[in-house]
Amino acid sequence: MHLEIITLEKVLFEGEVDSVKLPGTKGSFEALNNHAAIISTLDEGNIVVKQGTEKTNFEIKSGIVEILKNKMIVLA
Amino acid sequence: MPNLKEVRNRISSTQSTRQITKAMKLVSATKLRKAQEAITKMRPYAEKLSQILANLKDSVKENEELLRYFEKREVRKVLLVAISSDRGLAGAFNANVIKTTKRLLGDTYKHLDVETDVEILYVGKKAYEILKNVFQNPHNTAHMNLFAHLGADQAFALTDLLIQKFLSKEVDEVCMVYNSFKNAATQVVKTETLLPIQTLENENQKGQIEYIFEPDKVGILGDLIPRTIKTQFFKALLDSHAGEHGARMVAMDKATENAGELLNNLKLQYNQARQAAITNEILEIVGGAAALDG
Repeated sequence: MHLEIITLEKVLFEGEVDSVKLPGTKGSFEALNNHAAIISTLDEGNIVVKQGTEKTNFEIKSGIVEILKNKMIVLA
Repeated sequence: MPNLKEVRNRISSTQSTRQITKAMKLVSATKLRKAQEAITKMRPYAEKLSQILANLKDSVKENEELLRYFEKREVRKVLLVAISSDRGLAGAFNANVIKTTKRLLGDTYKHLDVETDVEILYVGKKAYEILKNVFQNPHNTAHMNLFAHLGADQAFALTDLLIQKFLSKEVDEVCMVYNSFKNAATQVVKTETLLPIQTLENENQKGQIEYIFEPDKVGILGDLIPRTIKTQFFKALLDSHAGEHGARMVAMDKATENAGELLNNLKLQYNQARQAAITNEILEIVGGAAALDG
């Protein structure tokens, strides 16, 4: 699954990932490959990106996420 | 004929002025490049945002809370955001903002009393310094040094304030005056209404995709709409920032050119004066010799 995390100032992350954990407004959720198309708002919290065994953390204050056809875009 | 020493002094002072303007031009060129990069970097964000919005915008009509952002009221009070720069020496950059602000208040909003009904929020020192004596509403505020470290956070904080003033009906319209960045040499002064939102732009009319909406369409829109206003405001700030450096670069380039021209004239004058002095001396010697020969 391709992930992009963009802010107004820069692109925080771009690349292929295995799974992403997101701080959704209605509770935290994890998105894997072939997730259904979704648009969700995000609360303050951490985005945890998993690539193989490697984990990367991104802190956000708020945001919005769109997942469509294995392409995931987070606007933070 | 001007005196030699005088001309020499003017030459050296013009030379140092030229050096300064040249250095300022180079500094502005670097800053301009950075400012332009910042504009490029926010573009994907803005595009995605309007794409998501395009998918949702039909739901706006279903919710009163959201319609408040679009509500057109009779304009009794207006909030004007005048975006200028903190520093001068940028050609007509700030003068244009000041002129447009004055014209706006004398024209579009002439039915309003500038001391009570027009609130001005200044971003940047220059417009504030000139206009504070013209428009004396005690509620006017000035935000300076924003451009030194221009970040989305500060812009967002300001926008929150604007949104809140509009939604609480403290003001009926929020309007921005700023220099939009065309290219390094051209800035165009723009007047944009931030609130109420005029239209939600919609470029991609692709087929609607069946998304899951979390929490729901209205909830997402409640987050998205302020976000677009913030993005619009931040874009204006970035545009103005890039425009400032562009304008200064051009102004300083012109100044360097003019200094060069001045220097050429002065050098000509200097050489003429020097030659005249020599001719005079020869005349005196020849005259003296002729008198001796007598």
